[in-house]
Amino acid sequence: MTESLWQTLWTGYVFPGGLILVHILMLTVPLLIAVAYLTLMERKVLAAMSLRMGPNVVGPFGLLQPFADAAKLIFKETIIPSGANKFLFIAAPCITFILALIAWAVIPVGEGLVIANINVGVLYLFAISSLGVYGIIIAGWSSNSRYAFLGALRSSAQMVSYEVSMGFVIISVLLCVGSLNLSAIVQAQKTVWFAIPLFPMFIVFFISALAETNRHPFDLPEAEAELVAGYQVEYSSMAFALFFLGEYANMILMSGMTTILFLGGWLPPFDIAPFNWIPGIVWFCLKIFVLLFVFIWVRATVPRYRYDQLMRLGWKVFLPFSLFWVVLTAGVLLAFDLLPKGV
Amino acid sequence: MALLDRGARSIFLWELVKGLSLTFSYMFKPRATVNYPYEKGPLGPRFRGEHALRRYANGEERCIACKLCEAICPAQAITIEAEPRDDGSRRTTRYDIDMTKCIYCGFCQEACPVDAIVEGPNFEFATETREELFYDKDKLLANGERWEYEISRNIAADAPYR
Repeated sequence: MTESLWQTLWTGYVFPGGLILVHILMLTVPLLIAVAYLTLMERKVLAAMSLRMGPNVVGPFGLLQPFADAAKLIFKETIIPSGANKFLFIAAPCITFILALIAWAVIPVGEGLVIANINVGVLYLFAISSLGVYGIIIAGWSSNSRYAFLGALRSSAQMVSYEVSMGFVIISVLLCVGSLNLSAIVQAQKTVWFAIPLFPMFIVFFISALAETNRHPFDLPEAEAELVAGYQVEYSSMAFALFFLGEYANMILMSGMTTILFLGGWLPPFDIAPFNWIPGIVWFCLKIFVLLFVFIWVRATVPRYRYDQLMRLGWKVFLPFSLFWVVLTAGVLLAFDLLPKGV
Repeated sequence: MALLDRGARSIFLWELVKGLSLTFSYMFKPRATVNYPYEKGPLGPRFRGEHALRRYANGEERCIACKLCEAICPAQAITIEAEPRDDGSRRTTRYDIDMTKCIYCGFCQEACPVDAIVEGPNFEFATETREELFYDKDKLLANGERWEYEISRNIAADAPYR
């Protein structure tokens, strides 16, 4: 009796649980290393574009710089302002960081390489990225500081505005696929990546992704020049590091989402000999890398939007435009009888 | 036509494309900055850096304790005390510069009749404590010995313009 109980416990719970844990670690550890090196890449690329050197002292070519930064942040003191709501003040960066990581559960990094291959993957991703605003607004409110609060207000308004057009973009992709499963979305791009037939939507999605991750030119929530760092202003040490990591993990997540929805996920650009020898995960990482480069490239190029310009772009340009394209996509699919069947 | 032109430009994000291609082309240009601690920019002979008290070639102090530098110092960073030495010549017993007060205007070296107090080419004298920046006579004379070669060359280079 006990023998079989242990048996059931092992085969039913402990072993699968351990397996999932291993899967999670296999995804999270490279992800966190990627986040660390994304900060270095950002500094290096920005430096190169403004004719500077960038970090080059710690390790060869400054390659150990992220670890030096991490060590510095860990050993600093976490200062909690006396007027702050302590619990929320600590919880906010945790929320941001956790949300940035759990979204990766549904991202297929290669053929079948996904922790949770659920059928509502897109909705899950969309929900998680919408929840991200909570981390920011809680941080802004609990800091009990004007700058932080203004930054949080801007951020929440901005994220809500751009999510609307992002939703329409996703709808137009879903119309072409007929499934909400992320792996199915990638498989549907076997013949042609959606970036080509839906090119304007690809651009709209990418720009919305910039706004969603509070990147330049939509970095109003942080706006070093006016809000000194927005919702992060009262944070120090590891709490700040969590925000930072969360933000950069979000950037990678958004690039991953763009890759899956428009750039064919793990699929090679052409399904012919030299390209399909390379494993899918390499293609996936390569595409994410290129998109992240564009994120940084845009930061090096454009100045920050004014708040009213930001809102105008979101509501008066992107929203009607993406709505029109949803109707157009649906009309074309219906007219030429291209609607996906039987998925 | 102009309207069409403008419309097409904004639809195809022409300005963004142009800006992005410009920044991309800059990525491959040579760096404009110097790799500072390992590479340094040139300094002119009039550069006003860390102070030094000089000596004559025979080892005698130049400073004759006239206190003109103390008088002219707009930040009142210099403190001098003087009395006659055993051989009857007037010398400083104390020559202090508070480097935290000094504004590096160079008036002291302009006022000095014997080129004793000068501002040398050294600008890398950051310290870990404030106290280390209260320079006394020994420190200033040591600076003079350390930087004499550069200082005399700078004075020689600047001489034709005075």
